[in-house]
Amino acid sequence: MSKATASPARSIAAHGILILYTIIALFPVLIVIVNSFKSRQAIFREPLMPPTASTFDLIGYVTVMKQGDFLLYFQNSFVVTVVSLFFVLLFGAMAAFALSEYRFRGNTLMGLYLALGIMIPIRLATVAILQLMVASGLVNTLTALVLVYTAQGLPLAIFILSEFMKGVSDDLKNAGRIDGLSEYTIFFRLVLPLVRPAMATVAVFTMIPIWNDLWFPLILAPSESTKTVTLGAQLFLGQYVTNWNAVLAALSLAILPVLILYIAFSRQLIRGITSGAVK
Amino acid sequence: MTAPKRAIRWHIGVFLAPAVLIYTAIMILPLVGTLQLALFKAVENVQTFVGLDNFRTLFGDPNWSTGFWNALRNNVWFFVIHMLVQNPIGVMLAALLSSPKLRFSAFYRTAIFVPTVLSFVIVGFAWKLILSPLWGVAPNLLDLVGLKFLFSPWLGKESSALIALSLVSVWQFVGIPMMLIYAALLSIPDEVIEAAECDGVTGMAQFWKIKLPLILPAIGIISILTFVGNFNAFDLIYTAQGALAGPNYSTDILGTFLYRAFFGFQLQVGDPNMGAAIATMMFLIILVGVCFYLFLVQTRLRRYQF
Repeated sequence: MSKATASPARSIAAHGILILYTIIALFPVLIVIVNSFKSRQAIFREPLMPPTASTFDLIGYVTVMKQGDFLLYFQNSFVVTVVSLFFVLLFGAMAAFALSEYRFRGNTLMGLYLALGIMIPIRLATVAILQLMVASGLVNTLTALVLVYTAQGLPLAIFILSEFMKGVSDDLKNAGRIDGLSEYTIFFRLVLPLVRPAMATVAVFTMIPIWNDLWFPLILAPSESTKTVTLGAQLFLGQYVTNWNAVLAALSLAILPVLILYIAFSRQLIRGITSGAVK
Repeated sequence: MTAPKRAIRWHIGVFLAPAVLIYTAIMILPLVGTLQLALFKAVENVQTFVGLDNFRTLFGDPNWSTGFWNALRNNVWFFVIHMLVQNPIGVMLAALLSSPKLRFSAFYRTAIFVPTVLSFVIVGFAWKLILSPLWGVAPNLLDLVGLKFLFSPWLGKESSALIALSLVSVWQFVGIPMMLIYAALLSIPDEVIEAAECDGVTGMAQFWKIKLPLILPAIGIISILTFVGNFNAFDLIYTAQGALAGPNYSTDILGTFLYRAFFGFQLQVGDPNMGAAIATMMFLIILVGVCFYLFLVQTRLRRYQF
Protein backbone atom coordinates (compact mmCIF):
# COMPACT_ATOMS: atom_id res chain seq x y z
CA MET A 1 0.00 0.00 0.00
CA SER A 2 2.65 2.48 0.96
CA LYS A 3 4.22 2.07 -2.48
CA ALA A 4 1.96 4.80 -3.75
CA THR A 5 3.65 7.38 -1.53
CA ALA A 6 7.12 6.50 -2.73
CA SER A 7 6.80 6.40 -6.50
CA PRO A 8 10.00 7.45 -8.29
CA ALA A 9 8.48 10.54 -9.92
CA ARG A 10 7.28 11.77 -6.57
CA SER A 11 10.62 11.20 -4.95
CA ILE A 12 12.48 12.96 -7.77
CA ALA A 13 10.14 15.91 -7.46
CA ALA A 14 10.73 15.98 -3.69
CA HIS A 15 14.49 15.96 -4.15
CA GLY A 16 14.22 18.61 -6.84
CA ILE A 17 12.35 21.01 -4.57
CA LEU A 18 14.64 20.33 -1.61
CA ILE A 19 17.81 20.78 -3.69
CA LEU A 20 16.45 24.01 -5.13
CA TYR A 21 15.68 25.34 -1.68
CA THR A 22 19.04 24.21 -0.31
CA ILE A 23 20.70 26.22 -3.08
CA ILE A 24 18.56 29.24 -2.24
CA ALA A 25 19.52 28.89 1.42
CA LEU A 26 23.25 28.43 0.90
CA PHE A 27 23.95 30.50 -2.19
CA PRO A 28 24.14 33.97 -0.56
CA VAL A 29 26.45 32.62 2.14
CA LEU A 30 28.70 30.88 -0.37
CA ILE A 31 28.91 33.80 -2.75
CA VAL A 32 30.05 36.09 0.04
CA ILE A 33 32.72 33.67 1.26
CA VAL A 34 33.95 32.82 -2.25
CA ASN A 35 34.25 36.45 -3.31
CA SER A 36 36.07 37.45 -0.15
CA PHE A 37 39.12 35.59 -1.49
CA LYS A 38 39.20 37.47 -4.77
CA SER A 39 40.77 40.67 -6.03
CA ARG A 40 38.60 43.72 -6.45
CA GLN A 41 38.37 43.49 -10.22
CA ALA A 42 37.47 39.80 -10.14
CA ILE A 43 34.74 40.47 -7.58
CA PHE A 44 33.01 42.74 -10.04
CA ARG A 45 33.88 41.13 -13.33
CA GLU A 46 32.98 37.55 -12.50
CA PRO A 47 31.04 37.51 -9.24
CA LEU A 48 29.82 33.96 -9.74
CA MET A 49 33.24 32.38 -10.39
CA PRO A 50 35.38 30.77 -7.70
CA PRO A 51 38.80 32.37 -7.14
CA THR A 52 41.52 31.19 -9.50
CA ALA A 53 45.28 31.49 -9.11
CA SER A 54 45.27 34.85 -10.85
CA THR A 55 42.30 36.33 -9.02
CA PHE A 56 43.08 35.00 -5.54
CA ASP A 57 43.65 37.88 -3.14
CA LEU A 58 43.57 38.25 0.63
CA ILE A 59 43.66 42.04 0.65
CA GLY A 60 40.22 42.20 2.26
CA TYR A 61 41.29 40.13 5.25
CA VAL A 62 44.46 42.23 5.60
CA THR A 63 42.35 45.40 5.76
CA VAL A 64 39.99 43.92 8.33
CA MET A 65 42.83 42.72 10.52
CA LYS A 66 44.56 46.10 10.33
CA GLN A 67 41.55 48.33 10.86
CA GLY A 68 39.05 46.64 13.05
CA ASP A 69 39.71 45.54 16.57
CA PHE A 70 38.00 42.31 15.73
CA LEU A 71 39.92 40.16 18.19
CA LEU A 72 38.73 42.33 21.04
CA TYR A 73 35.16 42.25 19.68
CA PHE A 74 35.30 38.49 19.47
CA GLN A 75 36.57 38.32 23.00
CA ASN A 76 33.73 40.57 24.22
CA SER A 77 31.10 38.53 22.43
CA PHE A 78 32.62 35.35 23.78
CA VAL A 79 32.71 36.57 27.37
CA VAL A 80 29.17 37.93 27.25
CA THR A 81 27.77 34.79 25.64
CA VAL A 82 29.55 32.30 27.90
CA VAL A 83 28.87 34.14 31.16
CA SER A 84 25.20 34.76 30.32
CA LEU A 85 24.84 31.16 29.26
CA PHE A 86 26.34 29.96 32.54
CA PHE A 87 23.90 32.02 34.60
CA VAL A 88 20.91 31.11 32.47
CA LEU A 89 21.69 27.41 32.80
CA LEU A 90 22.51 27.48 36.52
CA PHE A 91 19.72 29.77 37.70
CA GLY A 92 17.29 28.39 35.16
CA ALA A 93 17.91 24.81 36.26
CA MET A 94 17.62 25.74 39.94
CA ALA A 95 14.29 27.51 39.40
CA ALA A 96 13.03 24.71 37.16
CA PHE A 97 13.92 22.20 39.87
CA ALA A 98 12.06 24.17 42.51
CA LEU A 99 8.98 24.44 40.29
CA SER A 100 8.91 20.84 39.16
CA GLU A 101 10.01 19.13 42.39
CA TYR A 102 8.26 20.85 45.26
CA ARG A 103 4.63 21.55 45.84
CA PHE A 104 4.25 24.89 47.54
CA ARG A 105 1.71 27.64 47.59
CA GLY A 106 1.96 29.84 44.51
CA ASN A 107 3.80 27.25 42.48
CA THR A 108 1.58 27.55 39.40
CA LEU A 109 1.43 31.31 39.70
CA MET A 110 5.22 31.50 39.89
CA GLY A 111 5.47 29.29 36.83
CA LEU A 112 3.12 31.54 34.88
CA TYR A 113 4.95 34.65 36.08
CA LEU A 114 8.26 33.28 34.84
CA ALA A 115 6.70 32.12 31.55
CA LEU A 116 5.50 35.66 30.72
CA GLY A 117 8.91 36.46 29.39
CA ILE A 118 8.69 33.80 26.69
CA MET A 119 6.06 35.78 24.85
CA ILE A 120 6.80 39.37 25.85
CA PRO A 121 10.14 40.49 24.39
CA ILE A 122 12.53 42.16 26.81
CA ARG A 123 13.28 44.74 24.12
CA LEU A 124 10.08 46.57 24.99
CA ALA A 125 11.59 47.38 28.39
CA THR A 126 14.64 49.03 26.83
CA VAL A 127 13.83 52.61 27.85
CA ALA A 128 13.71 51.74 31.54
CA ILE A 129 16.59 49.25 31.30
CA LEU A 130 18.83 52.00 29.95
CA GLN A 131 17.78 54.29 32.81
CA LEU A 132 18.48 51.50 35.28
CA MET A 133 21.92 50.89 33.84
CA VAL A 134 22.72 54.62 33.79
CA ALA A 135 21.62 54.90 37.41
CA SER A 136 23.76 51.96 38.48
CA GLY A 137 26.75 53.04 36.40
CA LEU A 138 26.72 49.90 34.29
CA VAL A 139 26.43 51.59 30.88
CA ASN A 140 29.26 50.52 28.60
CA THR A 141 30.14 47.49 30.68
CA LEU A 142 29.80 43.88 29.66
CA THR A 143 28.01 43.30 33.00
CA ALA A 144 25.01 45.22 31.68
CA LEU A 145 24.78 42.91 28.68
CA VAL A 146 25.22 39.79 30.81
CA LEU A 147 22.41 40.88 33.14
CA VAL A 148 20.03 41.63 30.28
CA TYR A 149 20.77 38.41 28.42
CA THR A 150 20.44 36.35 31.58
CA ALA A 151 17.00 37.83 32.20
CA GLN A 152 16.12 37.31 28.54
CA GLY A 153 17.18 33.66 28.50
CA LEU A 154 15.70 32.55 31.83
CA PRO A 155 11.99 32.19 30.93
CA LEU A 156 12.47 29.74 28.08
CA ALA A 157 15.21 27.86 29.95
CA ILE A 158 12.99 27.39 33.00
CA PHE A 159 10.07 26.30 30.83
CA ILE A 160 12.02 23.68 28.88
CA LEU A 161 14.05 22.41 31.86
CA SER A 162 11.07 21.98 34.15
CA GLU A 163 9.34 19.89 31.47
CA PHE A 164 12.40 17.63 31.46
CA MET A 165 12.84 17.57 35.24
CA LYS A 166 9.31 16.28 35.67
CA GLY A 167 10.58 13.17 33.90
CA VAL A 168 13.37 12.42 36.40
CA SER A 169 12.38 9.44 38.52
CA ASP A 170 11.09 10.19 42.01
CA ASP A 171 12.50 6.93 43.36
CA LEU A 172 16.02 8.08 42.67
CA LYS A 173 15.53 11.36 44.50
CA ASN A 174 13.77 9.66 47.42
CA ALA A 175 16.55 7.11 47.66
CA GLY A 176 18.95 10.01 47.95
CA ARG A 177 16.82 11.59 50.67
CA ILE A 178 16.78 8.35 52.66
CA ASP A 179 20.55 8.25 52.40
CA GLY A 180 20.54 11.66 54.04
CA LEU A 181 21.53 13.78 51.07
CA SER A 182 20.53 17.42 51.30
CA GLU A 183 18.18 18.89 48.71
CA TYR A 184 21.14 20.77 47.23
CA THR A 185 23.18 17.60 46.79
CA ILE A 186 20.20 15.89 45.20
CA PHE A 187 19.88 18.71 42.73
CA PHE A 188 23.56 19.09 41.84
CA ARG A 189 24.64 15.44 42.05
CA LEU A 190 21.57 13.49 40.94
CA VAL A 191 19.26 15.66 38.87
CA LEU A 192 21.63 17.94 36.96
CA PRO A 193 23.64 15.13 35.36
CA LEU A 194 20.41 13.47 34.25
CA VAL A 195 19.06 16.52 32.43
CA ARG A 196 22.33 17.26 30.65
CA PRO A 197 20.84 16.68 27.16
CA ALA A 198 18.08 19.19 27.89
CA MET A 199 20.71 21.63 29.19
CA ALA A 200 22.56 21.33 25.88
CA THR A 201 19.38 22.11 23.97
CA VAL A 202 18.68 25.13 26.14
CA ALA A 203 22.30 26.22 25.72
CA VAL A 204 22.02 26.27 21.94
CA PHE A 205 18.68 28.10 22.01
CA THR A 206 20.05 30.69 24.41
CA MET A 207 23.37 31.17 22.70
CA ILE A 208 22.31 32.05 19.16
CA PRO A 209 20.19 35.12 19.96
CA ILE A 210 22.79 36.43 22.42
CA TRP A 211 25.67 36.12 19.97
CA ASN A 212 23.66 37.69 17.15
CA ASP A 213 21.99 40.51 19.07
CA LEU A 214 22.52 44.03 17.82
CA TRP A 215 19.97 46.03 19.79
CA PHE A 216 21.35 45.85 23.33
CA PRO A 217 25.06 46.23 22.45
CA LEU A 218 24.06 49.27 20.38
CA ILE A 219 22.13 50.83 23.24
CA LEU A 220 23.83 49.62 26.41
CA ALA A 221 27.48 49.11 25.47
CA PRO A 222 28.52 50.95 22.30
CA SER A 223 31.95 52.03 23.58
CA GLU A 224 35.07 50.87 21.77
CA SER A 225 36.21 48.54 24.55
CA THR A 226 32.86 46.77 25.00
CA LYS A 227 31.70 46.33 21.41
CA THR A 228 30.52 42.84 20.56
CA VAL A 229 31.41 41.31 17.25
CA THR A 230 27.91 41.88 15.85
CA LEU A 231 28.02 45.59 16.64
CA GLY A 232 31.66 45.85 15.56
CA ALA A 233 30.85 44.24 12.24
CA GLN A 234 27.84 46.53 11.76
CA LEU A 235 29.94 49.67 12.32
CA PHE A 236 32.86 48.37 10.29
CA LEU A 237 30.58 47.52 7.37
CA GLY A 238 28.95 50.92 7.51
CA GLN A 239 32.32 52.64 7.53
CA TYR A 240 33.96 50.59 4.77
CA VAL A 241 30.88 50.30 2.63
CA THR A 242 32.79 51.17 -0.54
CA ASN A 243 35.71 48.81 0.14
CA TRP A 244 34.17 45.61 -1.16
CA ASN A 245 37.14 43.43 -0.34
CA ALA A 246 37.06 44.49 3.27
CA VAL A 247 33.28 44.18 3.55
CA LEU A 248 33.22 40.69 2.09
CA ALA A 249 36.13 39.60 4.28
CA ALA A 250 34.47 41.01 7.41
CA LEU A 251 31.23 39.25 6.54
CA SER A 252 33.07 35.96 6.00
CA LEU A 253 34.89 36.32 9.29
CA ALA A 254 31.57 36.89 11.02
CA ILE A 255 29.94 33.94 9.28
CA LEU A 256 32.64 31.32 9.78
CA PRO A 257 32.71 30.89 13.58
CA VAL A 258 28.92 30.64 13.72
CA LEU A 259 28.88 28.23 10.81
CA ILE A 260 31.53 25.99 12.37
CA LEU A 261 29.76 25.97 15.74
CA TYR A 262 26.46 25.27 14.03
CA ILE A 263 27.81 22.34 12.04
CA ALA A 264 29.39 20.96 15.22
CA PHE A 265 26.18 21.26 17.23
CA SER A 266 23.54 20.93 14.53
CA ARG A 267 22.58 17.44 15.56
CA GLN A 268 22.06 18.58 19.14
CA LEU A 269 20.08 21.59 18.04
CA ILE A 270 17.83 19.68 15.69
CA ARG A 271 17.25 16.92 18.21
CA GLY A 272 16.37 19.60 20.75
CA ILE A 273 13.84 21.22 18.47
CA THR A 274 12.29 17.99 17.34
CA SER A 275 12.01 16.49 20.82
CA GLY A 276 10.87 19.18 23.17
CA ALA A 277 9.62 22.28 21.44
CA VAL A 278 6.22 21.08 20.31
CA LYS A 279 4.06 19.79 23.08
CA MET B 1 -0.70 23.06 68.02
CA THR B 2 -2.33 20.05 66.43
CA ALA B 3 -0.38 18.63 63.53
CA PRO B 4 3.35 19.28 63.72
CA LYS B 5 3.98 22.17 61.39
CA ARG B 6 6.43 21.46 58.61
CA ALA B 7 9.64 23.41 58.85
CA ILE B 8 10.04 26.23 56.39
CA ARG B 9 11.66 24.75 53.33
CA TRP B 10 14.35 27.32 52.79
CA HIS B 11 15.86 25.44 49.90
CA ILE B 12 12.85 26.23 47.68
CA GLY B 13 13.56 29.89 48.19
CA VAL B 14 17.26 29.40 47.55
CA PHE B 15 16.55 27.56 44.32
CA LEU B 16 14.10 30.15 43.08
CA ALA B 17 15.69 33.35 44.32
CA PRO B 18 18.45 34.03 41.75
CA ALA B 19 16.24 33.48 38.71
CA VAL B 20 13.26 35.34 40.13
CA LEU B 21 15.39 38.27 41.32
CA ILE B 22 17.24 38.78 38.03
CA TYR B 23 14.11 38.25 35.96
CA THR B 24 12.11 40.66 38.07
CA ALA B 25 14.80 43.32 38.34
CA ILE B 26 15.98 43.34 34.73
CA MET B 27 12.85 42.40 32.87
CA ILE B 28 9.57 42.85 34.71
CA LEU B 29 10.31 46.05 36.65
CA PRO B 30 11.80 47.82 33.60
CA LEU B 31 8.83 46.68 31.55
CA VAL B 32 6.47 48.17 34.12
CA GLY B 33 8.77 51.19 34.36
CA THR B 34 8.59 51.69 30.60
CA LEU B 35 4.80 51.52 30.62
CA GLN B 36 4.85 54.03 33.46
CA LEU B 37 7.30 56.38 31.72
CA ALA B 38 4.85 56.62 28.87
CA LEU B 39 2.58 58.57 31.21
CA PHE B 40 5.23 61.13 32.11
CA LYS B 41 6.93 63.97 30.32
CA ALA B 42 10.13 65.88 31.00
CA VAL B 43 9.11 69.46 31.81
CA GLU B 44 12.27 71.49 32.45
CA ASN B 45 14.12 68.27 33.17
CA VAL B 46 11.63 67.14 35.79
CA GLN B 47 9.50 64.10 35.05
CA THR B 48 5.91 65.23 35.40
CA PHE B 49 2.81 63.09 35.24
CA VAL B 50 0.82 63.98 32.14
CA GLY B 51 -1.61 61.09 31.89
CA LEU B 52 -2.24 60.05 28.32
CA ASP B 53 -0.74 63.19 26.76
CA ASN B 54 2.07 61.29 25.08
CA PHE B 55 -0.45 59.06 23.38
CA ARG B 56 -2.45 62.10 22.34
CA THR B 57 0.72 63.44 20.75
CA LEU B 58 1.47 60.10 19.15
CA PHE B 59 -1.97 59.88 17.54
CA GLY B 60 -2.90 63.56 17.24
CA ASP B 61 0.28 65.39 16.21
CA PRO B 62 0.79 64.77 12.48
CA ASN B 63 4.59 64.78 12.99
CA TRP B 64 4.19 61.64 15.08
CA SER B 65 1.00 60.06 13.86
CA THR B 66 1.99 59.81 10.19
CA GLY B 67 5.22 58.09 11.26
CA PHE B 68 3.41 55.77 13.63
CA TRP B 69 0.68 54.71 11.21
CA ASN B 70 3.25 54.28 8.46
CA ALA B 71 5.39 52.07 10.70
CA LEU B 72 2.36 50.08 11.85
CA ARG B 73 1.10 49.59 8.30
CA ASN B 74 4.55 48.46 7.14
CA ASN B 75 4.81 46.16 10.13
CA VAL B 76 1.45 44.57 9.30
CA TRP B 77 2.66 44.03 5.73
CA PHE B 78 5.89 42.58 7.04
CA PHE B 79 3.87 40.12 9.12
CA VAL B 80 1.43 39.28 6.29
CA ILE B 81 4.30 38.48 3.91
CA HIS B 82 5.84 36.22 6.54
CA MET B 83 2.58 34.39 7.08
CA LEU B 84 1.91 33.99 3.36
CA VAL B 85 5.41 33.04 2.26
CA GLN B 86 7.50 31.82 5.16
CA ASN B 87 5.03 29.51 6.84
CA PRO B 88 3.66 27.76 3.73
CA ILE B 89 7.22 27.18 2.46
CA GLY B 90 8.16 25.89 5.90
CA VAL B 91 5.22 23.50 5.94
CA MET B 92 5.99 22.29 2.42
CA LEU B 93 9.66 21.67 3.18
CA ALA B 94 8.76 19.87 6.41
CA ALA B 95 6.22 17.69 4.61
CA LEU B 96 8.84 16.72 2.03
CA LEU B 97 11.50 16.09 4.66
CA SER B 98 9.29 13.92 6.81
CA SER B 99 8.58 11.30 4.16
CA PRO B 100 10.19 8.18 5.62
CA LYS B 101 12.13 6.99 2.59
CA LEU B 102 13.77 10.29 1.73
CA ARG B 103 17.55 10.11 1.48
CA PHE B 104 19.91 12.90 2.57
CA SER B 105 17.15 14.39 4.69
CA ALA B 106 19.63 15.25 7.48
CA PHE B 107 21.73 17.15 4.97
CA TYR B 108 18.77 19.17 3.64
CA ARG B 109 17.61 19.92 7.17
CA THR B 110 21.00 21.17 8.26
CA ALA B 111 21.57 23.24 5.11
CA ILE B 112 18.17 24.92 5.06
CA PHE B 113 18.55 25.90 8.72
CA VAL B 114 21.93 27.62 8.15
CA PRO B 115 20.55 31.15 7.48
CA THR B 116 18.57 31.04 10.72
CA VAL B 117 21.70 30.86 12.87
CA LEU B 118 23.40 33.80 11.14
CA SER B 119 23.08 37.25 12.62
CA PHE B 120 20.92 39.96 11.06
CA VAL B 121 24.01 42.00 10.39
CA ILE B 122 25.45 39.32 8.15
CA VAL B 123 22.15 38.57 6.46
CA GLY B 124 21.23 42.23 5.95
CA PHE B 125 24.58 43.15 4.49
CA ALA B 126 25.07 40.06 2.38
CA TRP B 127 21.70 40.62 0.71
CA LYS B 128 22.35 44.30 0.34
CA LEU B 129 25.47 43.41 -1.63
CA ILE B 130 23.76 40.71 -3.66
CA LEU B 131 20.83 42.94 -4.61
CA SER B 132 23.09 45.89 -5.32
CA PRO B 133 23.08 46.95 -8.96
CA LEU B 134 26.80 47.77 -8.57
CA TRP B 135 27.72 44.15 -8.04
CA GLY B 136 26.17 42.14 -10.81
CA VAL B 137 25.15 39.05 -8.83
CA ALA B 138 21.39 39.39 -8.99
CA PRO B 139 21.24 40.60 -12.64
CA ASN B 140 23.77 37.92 -13.66
CA LEU B 141 21.69 35.22 -12.07
CA LEU B 142 18.49 36.46 -13.67
CA ASP B 143 20.35 36.55 -16.96
CA LEU B 144 21.13 32.85 -16.60
CA VAL B 145 17.40 32.07 -16.67
CA GLY B 146 16.69 34.76 -19.26
CA LEU B 147 14.88 37.11 -16.91
CA LYS B 148 17.37 39.95 -16.73
CA PHE B 149 14.74 42.52 -17.67
CA LEU B 150 13.04 41.86 -14.32
CA PHE B 151 15.96 43.24 -12.35
CA SER B 152 15.73 46.59 -10.66
CA PRO B 153 17.42 47.97 -7.54
CA TRP B 154 14.67 46.65 -5.31
CA LEU B 155 16.10 47.86 -2.01
CA GLY B 156 16.38 51.40 -3.31
CA LYS B 157 12.82 51.78 -4.54
CA GLU B 158 10.01 52.86 -2.27
CA SER B 159 7.56 50.48 -3.90
CA SER B 160 9.63 47.32 -3.48
CA ALA B 161 12.06 47.85 -0.59
CA LEU B 162 9.73 46.56 2.12
CA ILE B 163 8.75 43.49 0.13
CA ALA B 164 12.39 42.75 -0.67
CA LEU B 165 13.39 43.03 2.99
CA SER B 166 10.45 40.92 4.11
CA LEU B 167 11.53 38.22 1.70
CA VAL B 168 15.10 38.42 2.99
CA SER B 169 13.72 37.92 6.49
CA VAL B 170 11.62 35.01 5.21
CA TRP B 171 14.76 33.53 3.67
CA GLN B 172 16.49 33.80 7.02
CA PHE B 173 13.76 32.34 9.22
CA VAL B 174 12.08 29.69 7.10
CA GLY B 175 14.08 27.12 9.07
CA ILE B 176 12.04 27.68 12.23
CA PRO B 177 8.58 26.76 10.88
CA MET B 178 10.24 23.96 8.93
CA MET B 179 11.75 22.41 12.07
CA LEU B 180 8.68 22.82 14.26
CA ILE B 181 6.33 21.39 11.63
CA TYR B 182 8.82 18.62 10.93
CA ALA B 183 8.79 17.71 14.62
CA ALA B 184 5.00 17.76 14.66
CA LEU B 185 4.81 15.53 11.59
CA LEU B 186 7.22 13.02 13.13
CA SER B 187 5.10 12.82 16.26
CA ILE B 188 2.03 11.61 14.34
CA PRO B 189 1.63 7.94 15.35
CA ASP B 190 2.32 5.38 12.64
CA GLU B 191 -1.03 3.69 13.28
CA VAL B 192 -2.89 6.79 12.13
CA ILE B 193 -0.95 6.84 8.86
CA GLU B 194 -1.37 3.10 8.40
CA ALA B 195 -5.09 3.35 9.00
CA ALA B 196 -5.29 6.09 6.40
CA GLU B 197 -3.40 3.98 3.92
CA CYS B 198 -5.67 1.01 4.52
CA ASP B 199 -8.56 3.30 3.65
CA GLY B 200 -6.75 4.28 0.47
CA VAL B 201 -5.91 7.81 1.59
CA THR B 202 -2.37 8.40 0.31
CA GLY B 203 -0.14 11.08 -1.12
CA MET B 204 -1.53 14.60 -1.28
CA ALA B 205 -4.95 13.61 0.00
CA GLN B 206 -3.28 12.06 3.04
CA PHE B 207 -1.42 15.29 3.72
CA TRP B 208 -4.46 17.54 3.42
CA LYS B 209 -6.96 15.29 5.18
CA ILE B 210 -4.92 13.52 7.85
CA LYS B 211 -1.63 15.24 8.56
CA LEU B 212 -2.58 18.89 8.18
CA PRO B 213 -5.38 18.80 10.78
CA LEU B 214 -3.00 17.02 13.16
CA ILE B 215 -0.26 19.64 12.84
CA LEU B 216 -2.60 22.62 13.24
CA PRO B 217 -1.43 23.23 16.83
CA ALA B 218 2.15 23.50 15.56
CA ILE B 219 1.02 25.92 12.86
CA GLY B 220 -0.66 27.93 15.62
CA ILE B 221 2.61 28.06 17.54
CA ILE B 222 4.65 29.21 14.56
CA SER B 223 2.04 31.84 13.74
CA ILE B 224 2.27 33.40 17.18
CA LEU B 225 6.08 33.14 17.17
CA THR B 226 6.12 34.90 13.80
CA PHE B 227 3.75 37.55 15.10
CA VAL B 228 5.81 38.34 18.20
CA GLY B 229 9.06 38.23 16.23
CA ASN B 230 7.79 40.51 13.47
CA PHE B 231 6.26 43.16 15.70
CA ASN B 232 9.48 43.27 17.66
CA ALA B 233 11.82 43.25 14.65
CA PHE B 234 14.46 45.89 14.25
CA ASP B 235 17.89 44.53 13.40
CA LEU B 236 17.41 43.57 9.75
CA ILE B 237 15.91 46.92 8.74
CA TYR B 238 18.51 48.81 10.75
CA THR B 239 21.35 46.87 9.15
CA ALA B 240 20.12 47.06 5.59
CA GLN B 241 18.54 50.52 5.51
CA GLY B 242 19.84 52.33 8.61
CA ALA B 243 17.81 53.95 11.38
CA LEU B 244 15.95 56.10 8.87
CA ALA B 245 14.48 52.95 7.29
CA GLY B 246 14.75 54.39 3.81
CA PRO B 247 13.99 55.05 1.05
CA ASN B 248 11.69 57.73 2.47
CA TYR B 249 10.61 55.61 5.48
CA SER B 250 9.12 52.98 3.21
CA THR B 251 10.68 50.17 5.29
CA ASP B 252 10.03 51.78 8.67
CA ILE B 253 8.57 49.34 11.19
CA LEU B 254 7.70 49.81 14.85
CA GLY B 255 11.16 48.74 16.05
CA THR B 256 13.01 51.33 13.98
CA PHE B 257 10.37 53.94 14.77
CA LEU B 258 10.90 53.28 18.49
CA TYR B 259 14.65 53.52 18.05
CA ARG B 260 14.43 56.92 16.34
CA ALA B 261 11.95 58.28 18.85
CA PHE B 262 14.07 57.13 21.77
CA PHE B 263 17.48 58.22 20.50
CA GLY B 264 16.57 61.02 18.14
CA PHE B 265 17.72 61.35 14.57
CA GLN B 266 18.87 64.18 12.39
CA LEU B 267 17.33 67.33 13.90
CA GLN B 268 14.94 65.71 16.32
CA VAL B 269 16.14 65.14 19.88
CA GLY B 270 15.61 61.76 21.47
CA ASP B 271 12.62 61.56 23.78
CA PRO B 272 12.53 58.64 26.24
CA ASN B 273 8.91 59.33 27.12
CA MET B 274 7.71 59.15 23.53
CA GLY B 275 9.91 56.08 23.11
CA ALA B 276 8.14 54.56 26.10
CA ALA B 277 4.77 55.45 24.59
CA ILE B 278 5.68 53.64 21.36
CA ALA B 279 7.03 50.67 23.33
CA THR B 280 3.70 50.61 25.19
CA MET B 281 1.81 50.45 21.91
CA MET B 282 4.05 47.59 20.77
CA PHE B 283 3.44 45.87 24.10
CA LEU B 284 -0.32 46.20 23.66
CA ILE B 285 -0.21 44.90 20.08
CA ILE B 286 1.84 41.88 21.11
CA LEU B 287 -0.34 41.32 24.17
CA VAL B 288 -3.51 41.35 22.05
CA GLY B 289 -1.90 38.88 19.64
CA VAL B 290 -0.75 36.55 22.40
CA CYS B 291 -4.13 36.65 24.17
CA PHE B 292 -5.94 36.03 20.89
CA TYR B 293 -3.73 32.99 20.40
CA LEU B 294 -3.95 31.67 23.96
CA PHE B 295 -7.67 32.10 24.48
CA LEU B 296 -9.16 31.72 21.02
CA VAL B 297 -6.81 29.69 18.86
CA GLN B 298 -5.08 27.33 21.24
CA THR B 299 -8.17 26.24 23.17
CA ARG B 300 -9.91 25.33 19.91
CA LEU B 301 -6.96 23.44 18.55
CA ARG B 302 -6.47 21.29 21.60
CA ARG B 303 -9.06 18.73 20.62
CA TYR B 304 -6.82 17.58 17.80
CA GLN B 305 -4.05 16.55 20.14
CA PHE B 306 -3.50 12.96 21.18
